[in-house]
Amino acid sequence: MNIRSEITMQFKQVAQEQGMQLAILTDDLPLLNSGLDSLCFAMIVARLEGHLGVDPFTSSEDVIFPVTFGEFIHFYENAAK
Amino acid sequence: MPQNSLTSLWDVVGASGDLSARFLFGAEGSRALSDLAKGSALYGHADELRGRSVIIATTSQLAAALALIELDGVARRVILYPPDLPLHYLPYVIKSADVDAIVSDGRTVKLDNPHVECFVPCNGTITPCDSDRTGQYQTKWILLTSGTTALPKMVAHTFLSLGGAIAIPDSPPERVVWGTFYDIRRYGGLSIFLRAMLTGTSLVLSNAQESTADFLARAGSHRVTHISGTPSHWRHALMSPAMHRISPEYVRLSGEIADQAILNRLQTVYPQARLAHAFATTEAGLAFEVNDGLAGFPTDIVGNTPQVEMKVEDGSLRIRSSRTASCYLGDNAPVLRGPDGYVDTGDLIDARDGRYYFVGRRDGMINVGGLKVYPEEVEAVINRHPAVQMSLVQTKKNPITGALVVADVVLKSIPETDGHDTQRVLQDILLLCREELSPHKVPSAINFVAVLSVAESGKLIRRHA
Repeated sequence: MNIRSEITMQFKQVAQEQGMQLAILTDDLPLLNSGLDSLCFAMIVARLEGHLGVDPFTSSEDVIFPVTFGEFIHFYENAAK
Repeated sequence: MPQNSLTSLWDVVGASGDLSARFLFGAEGSRALSDLAKGSALYGHADELRGRSVIIATTSQLAAALALIELDGVARRVILYPPDLPLHYLPYVIKSADVDAIVSDGRTVKLDNPHVECFVPCNGTITPCDSDRTGQYQTKWILLTSGTTALPKMVAHTFLSLGGAIAIPDSPPERVVWGTFYDIRRYGGLSIFLRAMLTGTSLVLSNAQESTADFLARAGSHRVTHISGTPSHWRHALMSPAMHRISPEYVRLSGEIADQAILNRLQTVYPQARLAHAFATTEAGLAFEVNDGLAGFPTDIVGNTPQVEMKVEDGSLRIRSSRTASCYLGDNAPVLRGPDGYVDTGDLIDARDGRYYFVGRRDGMINVGGLKVYPEEVEAVINRHPAVQMSLVQTKKNPITGALVVADVVLKSIPETDGHDTQRVLQDILLLCREELSPHKVPSAINFVAVLSVAESGKLIRRHA
């Protein structure tokens, strides 16, 4: 499974579990307009670490956090390279 | 107990000069403190609450803030009911805190509870009226916090213990506007509310129904200069383009351990800002602030912090000062201060290269984005499932909320290679947890394991640090 589809699936699954209304996932969607809260993002990051084997958020103390859904995907694609 | 002069919140606010330029900015509107000088957010009913033990159970922070200003010194007790605490704990809180009055904006109604004699609406609007605000009591401020059981712990403070760390300036600082991500019904947010009220500034309050981006935009429009939140609030804010809507001079973190990564990111985004992370707990009060931009704290803070005595015993930080809470309320309440007056924070610290670093909790408490989770409470819910033999709830580090809750579960009989059954049990357990627990307490992952280690005492072996 590629990284984009895995991330998309986790966004949808966590939103469903937490009873959140997920916005349509386009690359320019700001993450904070996705309908998910901090707890949802925390769960997504934890599950992606399990499924993809990487956690780019903790790879360095100086990483710049992604702001849009597209940046979030690139963040993981770069980390997996 | 009648109190001495000038020690209620309103006494200090009212004496701080021109109130016309000072506001509480809520998502639902702005309230000038000068309107409170000649009006009331309690529709003039504050006097009916005189000497009473009053729960403030509002959805709105703005309403709670206004009620607090009016009731300190007037009520015997005020109990701040947190916005995320389910209302079914109200009867327990009413009984334990000897409550006889409720202030609410509709979050709750007057219950059929024989103890509650008085119900006063407060929806955050100020109506012109005379209101006797003469301070007569050293009001106990009761903060609710999570405990090892499902029941909340009730921590008793006073205006003096909560505000004691705040220096009141001779004249209000110009241009300073405070903002807080942190709800003022929790210690971290309450300390910022009092800081703004006592130092003569305005304050921008967040709202649970408002997005982080909208809060940041609103904070920016009110020209917030000083702003506080947990590391998790800040990590969330840094995922928003709206982070550039504010340009603070001072950024404060509290409520969770600040790691180097979040400090570095904040300094990069707000290069002009002074960064501080504060160490405080609901029970121990504010102990110290770290201003050097580094995680952990210099070892010489212990022993060199004015008005706060600290010591490290059995690996955990203990604090004695006039800012600590006095006691817990309720039947069979645990002891808050030791015989020597020190509060054991339960935070384990370790010295490395001249700095102390936080390495875990003695009681295994998990801090999810500034909200406490005690493993025992979650385990009790999981163990209620008929297929569960035992469970162990632990922390898993997380870069967004600091930590998440995970559970290892032993089933009574593991269905042989039947993945469907196991999957169904897993979904059942999660459903049970979601019904019974606040969202941050629900395990983010459940692992089925064959055994859990049990000590000779018969207790589960936990690794906390």
